[in-house]
Amino acid sequence: MPNTTNILVCGIGGQGVMTATEILSEAAIAEGHDVKKTEVAGMSQRGGVVTSHLRFGAKVLSPQIAPGTADVLLGFEAAEALRWAHYLKPGAMALVNDARLVPPVVELGLFKYPDDPIGEMKSRGVRTVSFDAATIARDLGDLRLGNTVMLGAIADQLPFSAEVLLDCIVKRFARKGEKVVEANRKAFAAGRAAAAKASVPA
Amino acid sequence: MAAVMPAPAASRLLMSGNEAVARAVWESGTRVAAGYPGTPATEMLEQLSTYPDLYTEWSVNEKVSLEVAIGASMMGSRAFSAMKHVGLNVASDALMTFTLTGAEGGLVIAVADDVGMSSSQNEQDSRFWGRFAHVPVLEPADSQEAYDMTRYAYELSEEYQVPVILRLTSRICHVKGLVTVGERVEHMPKGFSKNAERWVMVPGHAKRRIPLMLQREQELKRLSDKTPLNVLEPGTDRRVAFVTSGPAYMHVREAFPDAPVLKLGLSYPWPMEKVSQLAEMADTLVVVEEVEPLLETELKAAGFAAHGKDFLPRIGELAPEVVKPAVERLLRKEAAPAPEQAAALPPLFPRPPTLCASCPHMGVYYTLSQLKNLTISGDIGCYTLGAGHPWNSLDSTICMGASMGIALGMDKGRGETDKNKRILAVIGDSTFMHMGMQGLLDITWNRGNVTILLLDNGTVGMTGGQNTPANGRDIHGQGAPRIDFRKLIEALGVKPERIHEVDPYQLPVLFKTVRDETKIDDVSVIITNRPCVLIEEFKPFKPYVVQEDKCTGCGNCVEVGCPAIHVTRRDRVVKPSGKEVDLAFTRIDSVACTGCGLCVQPCAPEAIVHFAPAGQVINIQPA
Repeated sequence: MPNTTNILVCGIGGQGVMTATEILSEAAIAEGHDVKKTEVAGMSQRGGVVTSHLRFGAKVLSPQIAPGTADVLLGFEAAEALRWAHYLKPGAMALVNDARLVPPVVELGLFKYPDDPIGEMKSRGVRTVSFDAATIARDLGDLRLGNTVMLGAIADQLPFSAEVLLDCIVKRFARKGEKVVEANRKAFAAGRAAAAKASVPA
Repeated sequence: MAAVMPAPAASRLLMSGNEAVARAVWESGTRVAAGYPGTPATEMLEQLSTYPDLYTEWSVNEKVSLEVAIGASMMGSRAFSAMKHVGLNVASDALMTFTLTGAEGGLVIAVADDVGMSSSQNEQDSRFWGRFAHVPVLEPADSQEAYDMTRYAYELSEEYQVPVILRLTSRICHVKGLVTVGERVEHMPKGFSKNAERWVMVPGHAKRRIPLMLQREQELKRLSDKTPLNVLEPGTDRRVAFVTSGPAYMHVREAFPDAPVLKLGLSYPWPMEKVSQLAEMADTLVVVEEVEPLLETELKAAGFAAHGKDFLPRIGELAPEVVKPAVERLLRKEAAPAPEQAAALPPLFPRPPTLCASCPHMGVYYTLSQLKNLTISGDIGCYTLGAGHPWNSLDSTICMGASMGIALGMDKGRGETDKNKRILAVIGDSTFMHMGMQGLLDITWNRGNVTILLLDNGTVGMTGGQNTPANGRDIHGQGAPRIDFRKLIEALGVKPERIHEVDPYQLPVLFKTVRDETKIDDVSVIITNRPCVLIEEFKPFKPYVVQEDKCTGCGNCVEVGCPAIHVTRRDRVVKPSGKEVDLAFTRIDSVACTGCGLCVQPCAPEAIVHFAPAGQVINIQPA
């Protein structure tokens, strides 16, 4: 399905991976696409790995993205982005929150967390754009804005305009009042700027 | 869950298969819907509970849920029962008799197969139940079909007086796709007609119902060849013809867009005439089915040269990238080049599910991990996580409620080497009510020597916090009679002095109670009484911090297993005795910490204290 766009969102249970993908789905629907969205969420609320697949286009058949066919990877955690990097098409882009969330099995000394997951992705030839979404969100006053920061980061990699995505975010938070909407607008803009800045070769 | 106003007809909504089924059940005028939570089926009842004009309930197990639905069907009401694949094993006793009486009001059983086992103890193919119980099986391939087929299932059920199985898989339940919806049409029940020969299945009556059931199956076979749900798509690429159903259809279509395909929507009974027509279209006939070679075996028995599980996987989910190269190989062609990928992954740490920060079960598993000479029979749910690191405290997990009977069997079957072991069973509140009570009765009646830990966290934790008779709320969150475990357990034969209620955050008390009760040669039940951290009853305490200057790196807090505790630095020192000791200095993630205090209790240097902003003194209250 050459005219299908495949977006893989990955992270850990509780980070808002599924919600972010849901908002991306709404934007794709607003653009008139057929949409399928599915999760591989081991035991999502219990610290397990979560990957959310979003496919849209004229007609979507299988809901799963095949390894090597993702157009964009949106990674909510550094090592998780590395874990799923092989899902990207050659030359496709990964947008990664470089936060490190270390699970208890690593704290117990049973396994090792990679020293530099982002560096490993780059050395494997993945176009990786990384930024600190958690700090951006905290600076805007609420850690929960991290989700919207990530959506801002992917906004310029979509086959439709960033404003379509922003509209969906605004609609979602409209019920919670103007203050919440405004905070999310700022988070979206900050994420978009962070990704743009990080993707400029130093 | 709050009631929602359903979207108006003709709306195009992004719905999961579960949501689409729920909408269709509601639109079909269904009056009674019952289920027991279980991944990937849970959301069907959760969604239904938000619709008006029908009765919904969480039942204590799947058998009861089907029985509730059967009762409604007898009254002429449309009824619905939802469960995961292992749940249909529990409900099968009711199903195998109800297939004889047949449905009056339309009755649909939605069964969700956890193909790939994201959170189940086994993988099953529920299509077997269609063949076993001689009832039709409908298999949607996406959300729209889940909606359409559910509506059709009620028509089918009433026309043939047959319960209908709607077989879903994880990739239907949890995939969201666009669905065009309609409106609810009331379906008024005709009322109950007394008819003992139909409804009372004593042998004499049942013997007369079996020929009727088999005749019904013959009619359904004819329907299977006629129905537009079983559609033959001719195609132009005549190398291989496929028979397929459910999400496997989407994978086949994506991998082989121009091949002839027989897509089965009504996948039991099988449409053999349509299969014959398909077989004429290509040299090779391939059955693509998840999970078992059920149809493949049947086609081979009927004389078709069918391929399938001889080259496709019999375990887990199928996908285009699984089907395509396998079929290409079958055709003895060069394997299709795999999509180019980034270099292979380095071996990465696993991220297994773990107990939440402050989970009241953490104290229990920490306690069990510190005690010696125990054999522990575990059960389904979050309790199973106690088998993982760092606790490693479970020795078995089989199915819902089995911890009871297995513990009794361990006790009665132990040999000389296990003579001095203490046998414990661990079970959750919801699981205890689902199937554990019967096992406990068996233990008391047969004088087992088992210590039971009943971890009452007031909810079905693993599936996301559904209500149970133990927290006094129904599916809508409304007040309901609350079960008194102490009385219930006493009624099941446990002596009052052997029933203890303890706070699982009080480690010394918990430790002493478990140690004392395991020493006694009798049945004991220890009930823990703190709520699941994911439900509203849980009130966070003040978070803790590790005082860096006081931390000695003993690592005791890490052994508790809390995901909010992180190691900042490791060290290895040689003690004056010459013994080498590994040290782990820690910090607590203040965002994740809810202040349960479990880590404070084993901390040797008393380095863990409440977080106090500069200049502010906090008086620490005991938990």
